[in-house]
Amino acid sequence: MVISPGVDAFAIAVYESASFVKRFVVELFQRPIHFRELIKQCYAVGVLSLPLITLTGFVTGIVFTKQSRPSLAAFGATSWLPSLITVALLRSLAPLVTALICAGKVGSNIGAELGSMKVTEQIEAMEVSAINPFKFLVVSRTVATTLMVPALMLYCCCVGLMGSFLNVHGNEATSLASFFKTGFSTITYLDVFASVTKSFVFGFTIGIISCFKGYNASSGTQGVGRAANASVVLSMFVIFIEEMLIVQIINWLRGF
Amino acid sequence: MQREPQTQGGVPRPTVISVRGLTKSFGDRDVLRGVDLDVHEAENVVVLGRSGSGKSVLIKIIIGLLEPDEGSVEVLGQTVRGLSQRAMDALRRQVGFSFQNSALYDSMNVSENLAFPLRMNTTGLSTHEVRDRVYDALEAVGLVSAVMQMPSELSGGQRKRIGIARTLILRPKIMLYDEPTAGLDPITSGEINDLINQVQQTYHTSSIIITHDLTCARNTADRVAMLLDGRMQRVGSFAEVFDTTDPQVKSFYDYNFTNSEPR
Repeated sequence: MVISPGVDAFAIAVYESASFVKRFVVELFQRPIHFRELIKQCYAVGVLSLPLITLTGFVTGIVFTKQSRPSLAAFGATSWLPSLITVALLRSLAPLVTALICAGKVGSNIGAELGSMKVTEQIEAMEVSAINPFKFLVVSRTVATTLMVPALMLYCCCVGLMGSFLNVHGNEATSLASFFKTGFSTITYLDVFASVTKSFVFGFTIGIISCFKGYNASSGTQGVGRAANASVVLSMFVIFIEEMLIVQIINWLRGF
Repeated sequence: MQREPQTQGGVPRPTVISVRGLTKSFGDRDVLRGVDLDVHEAENVVVLGRSGSGKSVLIKIIIGLLEPDEGSVEVLGQTVRGLSQRAMDALRRQVGFSFQNSALYDSMNVSENLAFPLRMNTTGLSTHEVRDRVYDALEAVGLVSAVMQMPSELSGGQRKRIGIARTLILRPKIMLYDEPTAGLDPITSGEINDLINQVQQTYHTSSIIITHDLTCARNTADRVAMLLDGRMQRVGSFAEVFDTTDPQVKSFYDYNFTNSEPR
């Protein structure tokens, strides 16, 4: 039964995405575990993203501090800067910035790589060699992004705080110990837990969407380009929706 | 239409691939309309046909990459349709598939390309044993010197050879070649034809060779099967298949060998 081409296409896309996620969950717990490939992908996602995360986190910390100072100075409350920056970075900026950077850098990479493998029959070549390409390519990459994005988020947060400290130290002559003592006094375990959990979700989202787009790329170089582009755009879109939902849940847990 | 099973010393050779009544459509287009084909042990069968006639679809169904609409495929005594993933993997380890565009893994060098299926499908092989098997396979295709090169550094003919070496490393009983000489110059094509014959003699493989290159067919085929209009129109030796007045078959031959007048 055809309702309308648009609705049908959407329903098929939802069904295919759900099947892809289900297959991931099933194959995640099946042997063999491609440990070497997982380490390789963790290196590609985690270590190779460090320079970009360092730069972005550092700049975010400095800029956010500089932008916040005039507002707090109007109330004579610049001493609250470390607390404000720590809370903002940990709760929202670091998870979101890290996820968006990874969606752009890692998501496009995975989408293009798998898309290219698909159109040049390399995925079929694995199948005919009795190698499960889903397990080898999709599971390892998705697990790698799921594990590495939270680690990068914590790193981004630290670098952002260092950037903020440099600015605060330059203006208010605050010591490093004082800065971190004030900053950490305002955060709770729930903040850390919520941000790490959120980053796990973002990491999984980036991995599974990019793999889905790449793995199902249509023929030709245009298909590879579309897969890379769709990986980034869709990952970012879903990340924003998840951010909104998770914030609601966390606030509900906080009792707000 | 089909010849009697091939014999060896008067004894019929066992059938390793048996295709019966295979049909496959893509949308409104019927690609295969009831294909029958037998391949016997240690036999090279060439499937000839025009581009888009469904030759590649046929071998992709045989290896289980595509599902047929109707019909049955038996490979080494097992019905391919409905096999569990584990059984399918076990079967695929015995069937080598050489892709038209070689499908080498871009991110791996030649040595890693060959070692990859071996590492994934065997346990307990030492690094030395893997290396020896890689060098054996490369020696079989005459490309030991390319061991550390990346696929992007190889010529078309070299890529084909490495693709064949990668399938040989698992020591298959059956080889499926998809357009092995497509896009190659005549000399390199001749070398690939010799390699296909050499593989059959050395490893005693049975093969299906998909091509529209009649020189390849003439040089490698024990039997030729002509796929036209979705059916096997003629099956026999190269001479038998083209000893006909059928205009479609005749034009295929004439275009390759007699009607190639210079401008």
